[in-house]
Amino acid sequence: MSLPRDSAIALLRQMIRIRRFEEKCAELYSAGKIRGFLHLYIGEEAVAAGVMPALTADDAVVATYREHGHALARGVSADSVMAEMYGKQEGCSHGHGGSMHLFDVALRFYGGNAIVGGGLPLAVGLALADKMQERNRVTACFFGEGAVAEGEFHECMNLAELWKLPVLFLCENNLYAMGTALSRSESDTDLVTKAASYNMAAATVDGMDVEAVYAAAQEATSTIKRLSIPYFLELRTYRFRAHSMYDPELYRSKTEVEQWKRHCPIATFAARLKGAALLDDTQLAALEADVTGEVARAEAFAEAGTWEPVEQLERDVYARSIAAEVQR
Amino acid sequence: MNLHAPAAKIRTTYREALRMALREAMQRDPRVFLMGEDVGRYGGSYAVSKGLLEEFGEERIRDTPLSESAFVGAGIGAAIGGMRPIVEIMTVNFSLLALDQIVNNAATLRHMSGGQLSVPVVIRMATGGGRQLAAQHSHSLEGWYAHVPGLRVLAPATLEDARGMLWTALQDPDPVIIFEHALLYNLEGELDADAGAVEIDHAAVRRAGSDITLITYGGSLQKALQAADQLAGDGCSAEVIDLRTLRPLDTDTILASVAKTHRAVVIDEGWKSVGLSAEVSARIMERAFYELDAPVARICSREVPMPYARHLEQAALPQVQAIVQAAREVLHRA
Repeated sequence: MSLPRDSAIALLRQMIRIRRFEEKCAELYSAGKIRGFLHLYIGEEAVAAGVMPALTADDAVVATYREHGHALARGVSADSVMAEMYGKQEGCSHGHGGSMHLFDVALRFYGGNAIVGGGLPLAVGLALADKMQERNRVTACFFGEGAVAEGEFHECMNLAELWKLPVLFLCENNLYAMGTALSRSESDTDLVTKAASYNMAAATVDGMDVEAVYAAAQEATSTIKRLSIPYFLELRTYRFRAHSMYDPELYRSKTEVEQWKRHCPIATFAARLKGAALLDDTQLAALEADVTGEVARAEAFAEAGTWEPVEQLERDVYARSIAAEVQR
Repeated sequence: MNLHAPAAKIRTTYREALRMALREAMQRDPRVFLMGEDVGRYGGSYAVSKGLLEEFGEERIRDTPLSESAFVGAGIGAAIGGMRPIVEIMTVNFSLLALDQIVNNAATLRHMSGGQLSVPVVIRMATGGGRQLAAQHSHSLEGWYAHVPGLRVLAPATLEDARGMLWTALQDPDPVIIFEHALLYNLEGELDADAGAVEIDHAAVRRAGSDITLITYGGSLQKALQAADQLAGDGCSAEVIDLRTLRPLDTDTILASVAKTHRAVVIDEGWKSVGLSAEVSARIMERAFYELDAPVARICSREVPMPYARHLEQAALPQVQAIVQAAREVLHRA
């Protein structure tokens, strides 16, 4: 354990926070409080929890539709994320986005993009704006390995490297694009090779190990800021739950899932901390209780939230309201 | 200074007017930059940006790879990041490769984020047929974009609008798409030497008349004006409306004209089915049905992919004679 105790506990706490928050979401989904698509991050918490502390407040984040963990780890409050899940106007996207479109521009958290690969060009543009305005910042762009099959991935890898844009491409390789295994969709499953083919600095890391993720992300961001270049980081991880609440999981075996669960990022890291005498059962229980309280408060906040008046339906389509003109 | 002196005029083209607008924008606002395929070294596929690379350098006149989705999306991201990008797409058919970014990101981000984001990007592209470029370089898909909430869609048809719409579009906090009909680039005429920004909220009456209203935009404006000339020979006074802004449509200007003439023909180089002409016609029906003395007529492109052979292409496009004929039929219906 090379981390100071406080940092290590903070990583553990963040992962537990994401896990318990999402377990509550699944429960609320079954209760009909949350609707639409709900894509759980359970099993992949080490990625968001490990990457975010390597970013500064000035850096930007572009995420996918499986982004509850990223939003929480970036600092979007559990209250406003849960209210968004409910569709309440106290939500971080005013109830317009839901689970797949969490935004908090004050935190430079630019969504929640539900088109696979669709966030990459945005990240390239945010980084271009930084470069042209001579701001030494990183734009961290999360996407799944499924996005690697999209043309936008290749266009963006090329453009970012060609223009030397400070983008941190974070490929969350959980092995399945919905139900399609990587080996069934890519002629070459070595993702780092693909990045390297664009001459991009690239590395791979065990995405189930939060400490390793944090170290790899720090290395990546410092490289980007030092050299003003993009960087590709593959994070090998696994989704324990179904793709969404509608997925019967016909494409993978229960044995495979159980094997991966043995590498649960929370359990393994907690065990490591205990082994290093940085954590005991009492402290862990206190941490769990604290998180449970936060999630319960978020649920209560969302329950108490209010519905946006339907009269405001067409607000925020344009800055200058032209809805009336369009409708006439 | 004599305020009553006629404004000095310059002889120029639509292409040069667009270039003047680009140059002015680059000079006035350091956040403005132009990017697209061959906008720099090549000078622009339609030579609109010729000379700007030498004047403003590679940072601000950016040649891009042939990656429409990436560079259009990068324009959207850069706009969110505080820049004022002008993205050029070579032709509207190629913009389909960037449709995801335009429709799923540019148009949605403000609303989807609960009003937190503005996307002040301007996307310019050539549109339209008439140059024997066949079915992948000649279509008029403006109506597709005008369908989408969150976008503003402009179609400059005159030198004044070519010169003046860009700056106003850049001041808009929302994404603006500007369609430049490829046959207009060589349009010559006189422009006020001090011409500048124009408003982008209203349609314009390009020719006043009292007997029938010809409603059009972009590359068909000149055809409608020629048709109006011919109709004048019949003793018919045709009013010509240039829509200018395709979204949001300035319905009031259309209705005011129809209330005066009681007859209308819509001319649109797009296809008739589910297109802009259908929208204009429906709005007249919804709000001015009892003003009409005859059904609204439409002259649009024939419903085929644009053919290469000149006689076939000309047969597919709206032509002056067809507009005149349609107007006469509308005029003679009780």
